[in-house]
Amino acid sequence: MKSVRVIARLDIKGPNLVKGIQFDGYRVLGTAEEFADLYYREGADELIYQDVVASLYRRNSLLEIIRRTAKKIFIPLTVAGGIRSIENIREILRAGADKVAINTAATENPNLISEAAKVFGSQCIVSSIEAFRKKDDKYEAWVDYGRQTTNLDAIEWAKQVESLGAGEILLTSINYDGMGKGYDLELIKKVSSSVNIPVIACGGAGKKDDFSQAVKEGNADAVAAASVFHYNYATPKDKPFMSYSEARLRMGEHIDSGNIDFLNHGYGRMRAITVEPASIKEVKLSMLESGIVVRSSDSYCEVKNV
Amino acid sequence: MSKVIILDYGLGNLFSVQRALEYIGVKAIITDDKEEIKRAEKIVIPGVGAFKEGMEQLKKRGLVPLIKEAADRGKSILGICLGMQLLMAKSQEHGEWQGLNLIGGSVLQLSSGKNDNKVKVPHIGWNCLIPSQCQLARNNNYWKGTILEGIDKESFMYFVHSFGVHTDKPEHTIAETHYGGNSFCSVVQKDNIMGCQFHPERSGSKGIEILKKFVSYSFNKVRV
Repeated sequence: MKSVRVIARLDIKGPNLVKGIQFDGYRVLGTAEEFADLYYREGADELIYQDVVASLYRRNSLLEIIRRTAKKIFIPLTVAGGIRSIENIREILRAGADKVAINTAATENPNLISEAAKVFGSQCIVSSIEAFRKKDDKYEAWVDYGRQTTNLDAIEWAKQVESLGAGEILLTSINYDGMGKGYDLELIKKVSSSVNIPVIACGGAGKKDDFSQAVKEGNADAVAAASVFHYNYATPKDKPFMSYSEARLRMGEHIDSGNIDFLNHGYGRMRAITVEPASIKEVKLSMLESGIVVRSSDSYCEVKNV
Repeated sequence: MSKVIILDYGLGNLFSVQRALEYIGVKAIITDDKEEIKRAEKIVIPGVGAFKEGMEQLKKRGLVPLIKEAADRGKSILGICLGMQLLMAKSQEHGEWQGLNLIGGSVLQLSSGKNDNKVKVPHIGWNCLIPSQCQLARNNNYWKGTILEGIDKESFMYFVHSFGVHTDKPEHTIAETHYGGNSFCSVVQKDNIMGCQFHPERSGSKGIEILKKFVSYSFNKVRV
């Protein structure tokens, strides 16, 4: 049967899980590692780690987090951000990732995709396309995590990365990111009808029912979300998944490098949340109810040593 | 504890299998060293990539006779993904190639199908393990004594592949999986030789359970 993957996307800055709106205004929500562990146990089908500042510094700084989480998380992991060379990819895969997603470097040097697909296999190479919807309703591929334009038409670029050998497309709508108004169905439909490789829809999920729409109307092969999940598990009141003490918040330079206002208020008043948070189970149930096959997420059980 | 090695023949990411084994307390080394392989009690053959390249690498490193000898001596062998396909007699991946021939059967391309049954190939994602006809004929004892013992039917596992295994003898297919119009063998087992088309090291806790079964069970006497 054909099942649809539900993917938790973690935007990471230093050791922290962050989330912004339209790729801007990051708010620190906790440590990336703890959220990753939680999503694994809650039944996420896959994880995406996006280093949000990597492209700027031209390197991916997630190796340590990848290494640590790879020891206890046994679902596919895609790593994105600042990947520029075959050597970078090798390092990231060795650290424990299964796939890398490439955006900026691929637009500068499309051969990176074909070369990487040859060395590691297409199944390892995801093309990350961050599309900005312009006033004329055309989509432009942006790079450097929403900081640079390219003049590349996102739909044409999608066709090109397929022919270069990319195995999947991680398609993110910049305009819809963090807005919680639902996925950009038109964008997803345009890309998924233009290519034969799987398309992961990302950007905009604001409530559990949005996910089915991306599949039914957009024809997405996988659905990724951040805010909907993050804010669900970050809520301390009746869902005591995360508990932060003062001591654990102190992680050196990084903790002060982002907007930690939200953490400092103990997630308390959940101000300015643009989504209706939902758990991975709730999302999957909603998808099942609308006739979409998903992997049941009650399958987690502790595995003891041999 | 039995000594487990992960066969290094230059293809694919071997570390995730190693980490998954480490998680259940098994220190497996990644090696192509002949002496290490001779000393091993259990051998994992992982691998991602093309069948032809896989066989060529095994031959180049002189590993084919060692694997066959290990198989004859009743050592447990687990092939994962391409590693499973290599266990078969032959493959039709871009030509026709001879495999290790530890189990009779062939490797055929998945079809993307037509109309309502249309699916994308490669098959990437989670899919179900369904007990084969032979296993279902055992009623509630399906999968008993096999590498899948204790796993619920229709458990979801993570697949990434474009080709599927079809065994000559139906009893060697322990579980099958359906994708679009395709039906292929997702778990193969002939006594001490077994394989998974999916990645147990990437299939969450149920995948880990399968690895655990592999390292802790003695399959030598098992008749399926």
